[in-house]
Amino acid sequence: MQNEFRVISRRLMLKRTGALGLLAAIQHLLPACMVNSLVPRSPAGMQSVTLSGEVIDLDITESRFTVGGRSAPAMTINGTVPGPLIRLKEGQEVTLRVTNRLTESTSIHWHGILLEPDMDGVPGVSFGGIRPGERFIYRFPVRQSGTYWYHSHSGGQELQGLYAPMIVDPIEPDPFQYDREYVVMLSDWTFESPESLLGNLKKLPGYYNFQRRTLSQFFDDASRMGWWPALQDYLMWDRMRMDPTDFADVTGYTFTYLMNGLSPAANWTGLVRPGEKVRLRFINAAAMTFFDVHIPGVTMTVVQADGQNVQPVIVEEFRIGVAETFDVIVELPEDRAYTIFAETMDRSGYARGTLAPRVGMTAEIPPRRPRPVRTMADMGMQMKHAAMEGMEALDDMPGRKQPDNHGMGEPVHPGLGTEHSEGMHELPARGREAKRRSEIPGIEPVKHGPDDHGTANQMIAEYSRNMLHEPGRGLEGSPRRVLVYTDLKSLAPYPDQREPEREIELHVTGNMDRYMWSFDGKTYSEARDPIRFRYRERLRLTFVNDTMMEHPLHLHGMWMYLENGMGPHLPRKHTVVVKPAERLSVVITADAPGRWAFHCHLLLHMEAGMFRIVEVADNEHGGHS
Amino acid sequence: MIALKAMAPHPITTSSIEADSSRLLNSSGMAGLVTEQDRVQPNVAPHPDWPSPVNDRDNRLFTLVDVLEYRPSTSRRESTSDYRWDIEGWYGGDYNRLWFKSEGQRDTAFKADYDVDFQLLYGRFIRKYYDIQVGGRVETQSFRGANVTRGQTVIGIEGVVPYNYDFEAALFIDLDGKVSGRLSLTKDFLLTQRLILQGRFETNAAAQRVERFTTGSGLNNLEFGIRLRYEIRREFAPYIGFSLDRSFGETATLVRQEGGDPRQIRFVTGLRMWF
Repeated sequence: MQNEFRVISRRLMLKRTGALGLLAAIQHLLPACMVNSLVPRSPAGMQSVTLSGEVIDLDITESRFTVGGRSAPAMTINGTVPGPLIRLKEGQEVTLRVTNRLTESTSIHWHGILLEPDMDGVPGVSFGGIRPGERFIYRFPVRQSGTYWYHSHSGGQELQGLYAPMIVDPIEPDPFQYDREYVVMLSDWTFESPESLLGNLKKLPGYYNFQRRTLSQFFDDASRMGWWPALQDYLMWDRMRMDPTDFADVTGYTFTYLMNGLSPAANWTGLVRPGEKVRLRFINAAAMTFFDVHIPGVTMTVVQADGQNVQPVIVEEFRIGVAETFDVIVELPEDRAYTIFAETMDRSGYARGTLAPRVGMTAEIPPRRPRPVRTMADMGMQMKHAAMEGMEALDDMPGRKQPDNHGMGEPVHPGLGTEHSEGMHELPARGREAKRRSEIPGIEPVKHGPDDHGTANQMIAEYSRNMLHEPGRGLEGSPRRVLVYTDLKSLAPYPDQREPEREIELHVTGNMDRYMWSFDGKTYSEARDPIRFRYRERLRLTFVNDTMMEHPLHLHGMWMYLENGMGPHLPRKHTVVVKPAERLSVVITADAPGRWAFHCHLLLHMEAGMFRIVEVADNEHGGHS
Repeated sequence: MIALKAMAPHPITTSSIEADSSRLLNSSGMAGLVTEQDRVQPNVAPHPDWPSPVNDRDNRLFTLVDVLEYRPSTSRRESTSDYRWDIEGWYGGDYNRLWFKSEGQRDTAFKADYDVDFQLLYGRFIRKYYDIQVGGRVETQSFRGANVTRGQTVIGIEGVVPYNYDFEAALFIDLDGKVSGRLSLTKDFLLTQRLILQGRFETNAAAQRVERFTTGSGLNNLEFGIRLRYEIRREFAPYIGFSLDRSFGETATLVRQEGGDPRQIRFVTGLRMWF
């Protein structure tokens, strides 16, 4: 029939339809006044529909979207922001009929889904886009499971509302239990057009930063650090023509941060009984915003990253880069409301929602934290310091003990250090470690080569090194146990365990003074040549971030196996966050012939040229490097 | 079949949709299922009429009205008020830009009644921070009703120097080979996020004396200004401030001969805008 609701049991529906479906279901049971306090009056912003089955129709239309009492036209999928939840089953084949009812071309990309290149939905790479009035039929077998999302890949449409969650249920049940689940989709909304954002940044790169260093802040810093050190620090940044407060190009000055399409005031609420295990599927669908997520009073067990099962990690907070997903299991300890607090990395705003046993309950919003400041380490300077940190990391790495300040975080699956002490004395420790663990490329600082990537690149990381074990700038002193990339260990080893045959090093480059973003100093248009992978090869892709910003790098069509030292258990991701001055490696099995997009998922970085085509082909078809 | 129907009536008819989709499927090269043969023969050739996946070559227009100000007279002898502007902008992309600049003032106390210039330059972005600029300049002065105009070739450089000073230097070469130059530096000091103090330094020099433009050879003048602006929006900031201007050497002599004052302190009030 037309609607899945009719064919599944009510109990299953409550379990399966997820956050927004449940909210919609509850709505009918509430008096009108309570409904109004829960969801905005506008249909957009309330994602209440789950679409499943073999054939799914999506209409891309313009609808009005209301945030904070102000309403504007948004681009919507079936009339809502976010669009409808698409729920598929691993092993099925799906046909998605996308009709463009806008006045401009559009597209839908299935983020993280492995499929044929012509179904990937990137205009100019996989197809020509969907022109106004046309319909494009996507058809592909679903060969994976987990939490994903889908969004437009045309211009700035993602920022205008074209994004939505996608869940693929596994054939074999996931190896963790839960009673209920919600999608928690984070995003950023502005009443400015994407063109206006990019134009403003091209003309004045600090346009949206209202947390820059000022005279009054200098006095604060001087009283804290001493006059001379403070002055030296300020002058150093000035000398380098860099801004140490640059954590987000676009900030809360223009953005309202949304949780499932609702502003912090509208307070998206998921109903949870105390003691119930709840699976929260966090998806960062923001165009430009990293979030630091925690639920005061509740610990989270991370069970999936980018839709892939990982060995459970107990954390109190995690940073989610743009386009990443994390699935966590939580349990409310008491019969009260708890706030889901997703503060932006630059601390200029937050998205907020509530988990509560009953509708209408709220909990305290945690105090806001001061915005962080970049350090010399973010620039790959202070070689000695970096080298020392690297050495410490090297010593500490296998079985990384949680730093003391992480408090209660006891990893569910501790690393080898612990296991080793559990009585593997007869085995030569190193040999066993070598078997279970792998070297993390870039664990020791690597000096930058002579190429400074030209005028398109402002600075280079003189020494780049791995920072997978660091929570990231602004979280380093956190009293909470924060998820780091070295916590991620795939549940089971993936089949391809070959050593990489070769390595491609790609430098992440930019010039903040002009808001230019590129790889190896060249924008997409300037680079012309694609990055070539040989079909079926196993290769290492090493990213060196020469910029002072975090970049979420997304590869279409193939997994990136994050080289975080987990040996055969490397986690695989569709999007990896590379920190400033970081050297980070992934291995890739080039099993998907065709042309694929590879780009920074910060929308405006991508639009500015931080984009490449990866071409996977047999040698005889030109796939040599 | 589990799917939602299209929600509302729409001009697209079912038949046109089907026609469209079949066309799209054909143009994309593969429809639905692919054979093993197709998998190893990927679509490595994009269609020529496909759009670029990103718009990284867009041109933009930028106009900065850095100075647009009223200068109440402080002269003891005359009760006149002057004004001044300094406008620049560009049209183009990241590397190649067409620059336009105009400075102008009515300055009764100094040397001329009006002194207006306009420059049109090609600029190329080099060395991470600088635009090298080449083009032409027209300058007009009027003094006691008489107009003088000259055309010049301009070679300039503009950018950000260490310690975050905005830097602009230009050589002006007359058609008859006379050379003059201008250098300016500005820097913003943030008192608060929106209250910003701009320091401004400008100097002019010439290799030859050009009497009809009231410039001597050597250092012509030094100007130092402070402007305190409040950014109501980033693009719109009223300001107040003052400007010290002093002429030197031959130029000072010429200014005095014309009845002007080679030393000035001017209070200014104006608007800084960009779009």
